[in-house]
Amino acid sequence: MRSASSRRSRWGLRTLGLGYLALLLLAPLVLIFYKTFEHGLAPPLDAITSPNGLHALKLSLLMVAIAVPLNTIFGIGCALLLVRHRWKGNAVIDAVINLPFAISPVVIGLSLFLLYGTKGWLGPDLAEAGIEILFSVPGMVLASIFVSVPFVVRETVPVLQEIGTEQEQAASTLGANAWQTFWRVTLPAIRWGVAYGVVLTTARVLGEFGAVSIVSGSRSGETETLPLFVQKAFDNFEFAGAYGASVLLALLALTTLLAMNVLKRKEDA
Amino acid sequence: MGISVEGATKSFGDFQALDDVSIEVPDGSLTALLGPSGSGKSTLLRAIAGLETLDSGSVLIDGEDVSKKPTQKREVGFVFQHYAAFKHMTVFENVGFGLKIRKWDKAKIGDRVHELLDLVQLHGLADRYPSQLSGGQRQRMALARALAVEPQVLLLDEPFGALDAKVRKDLRTWLRRLHEEMHVTTIFVTHDQEEAMDVAGQLVVMNQGRVEQSGSADDLYEHPANEFVMSFVGEVNRLGESFVRPHDIEVVLDADDRTEQGMVQRIVALGFEIRVEFVLGDGTEIWAQLTRNELQRLELREGQIAYLRPVQAKSFNGSSPSNDHGASTPHGNRDGGDAEVSAAV
Repeated sequence: MRSASSRRSRWGLRTLGLGYLALLLLAPLVLIFYKTFEHGLAPPLDAITSPNGLHALKLSLLMVAIAVPLNTIFGIGCALLLVRHRWKGNAVIDAVINLPFAISPVVIGLSLFLLYGTKGWLGPDLAEAGIEILFSVPGMVLASIFVSVPFVVRETVPVLQEIGTEQEQAASTLGANAWQTFWRVTLPAIRWGVAYGVVLTTARVLGEFGAVSIVSGSRSGETETLPLFVQKAFDNFEFAGAYGASVLLALLALTTLLAMNVLKRKEDA
Repeated sequence: MGISVEGATKSFGDFQALDDVSIEVPDGSLTALLGPSGSGKSTLLRAIAGLETLDSGSVLIDGEDVSKKPTQKREVGFVFQHYAAFKHMTVFENVGFGLKIRKWDKAKIGDRVHELLDLVQLHGLADRYPSQLSGGQRQRMALARALAVEPQVLLLDEPFGALDAKVRKDLRTWLRRLHEEMHVTTIFVTHDQEEAMDVAGQLVVMNQGRVEQSGSADDLYEHPANEFVMSFVGEVNRLGESFVRPHDIEVVLDADDRTEQGMVQRIVALGFEIRVEFVLGDGTEIWAQLTRNELQRLELREGQIAYLRPVQAKSFNGSSPSNDHGASTPHGNRDGGDAEVSAAV
């Protein structure tokens, strides 16, 4: 009797969990895929391979190429600081790291606007020096970095705590200096935490809309990333472009996730 | 390479881990740092390796003050209680790690690693990962890794603490033999007095961040400097102001002027040894260790009255070790000479 009722409740929970995911996450995504290819491959492909579409793709990849390595290096360093070097400032760093999670991306965009705008704190001086931040690529990079700062830190900190310091101490007794210990012992031990952080950072940077939208000005073929391209196409009733770019975004994110899984499985085997 | 520590002091916040500790470890010896948890023995070992920095005092290896040297330049082999195996490396890569850091060429590393794997009886397991080894194998791998770089000294921090009893016994016999072969100056930390006496030629007993006494196992057992050492290196009964070991209590059936009357409370047979627990007239509880033959001859029963004669009692002038800093060590530890024990291995 007990096992029967527990089996029933187990199935109940499963159905509930899967149903929730299916209805709220999978159904809309499946619908996008369906809508995209409703009239065959040609319309979405044409939209994406248009000059504006290709430029948006290039710009999105550029954001990833700049923001992800920077946040990875910063994230690992920050995690090491938080876990390995205890001091009072850590509580402050820990809280600040979480800000991008807590603040709406639109607000982040606005704050960058205030800082670098023509009437902002830094804007006029930078403009004088001939450096353009707003409505150009540098501003978009800054926004992308801002919104994706926490991921590598958050994924690396628990792994660093878990591996402890003994392996690092063992390395030092064997003659390894701090740099050698980091590359040969610490980094290999935390690599999957870092990798997961990188995947999340990549997905976030690819998908970022709000902050980038405000600082970029969203000029087609100039300062338009894929999410901005989707929105503009949608506003202009160019559904093929909107759906096509959406699917492309989803595929890019999936590819990074798959790439990590493949690498991991290869190593575990 | 001899090791000496002079006036080592270290505290963690309010906790005084080391309080003016000086020890002298002769070249080629195998020395145990013995003490209860929190006695500072591990901290002392880690300070020798440079894994802890001392608040004051100095560490000398082969006469050279290494206090300011970072760990990686001290050339110490260190073995951790929980192995500290590099989990993402194979056994081969673990053992060869120090050699790779020293930029040995590949062929030489291969030769050396295989030589060491033979020594620690792990040949054939070179391609395994640490997760595929048993605890005893992991610890032998860790030992091979530490020995690979031919350290000046070998430091082991409760090396068998995480292993089960049988493996422990095998490994400590094996460690003793290894030391006889290699003669590298070795210090190992343990809280197990039997292990310390079994393996080490000389022992340093620590308590509350201080050295209570140093000497050979016999020295400590026969001539303990204080109550703490006496009770830590063996069983002990307290009789008023004096202390007596259970096997130094003679049990007789007739009273004389040197005996005390006691009632048998409980008889526990531990194989050949018998533990007989008495309660004396003043309520003191003591126990005597008899052999099975003695028990049969005396025909003791629980509840019976018998007479106890302490053969060899010790008194330490009523001083307890914790409030009698330094002076309780008969050899005097200020000059660091207390650990220089003449009794050979």
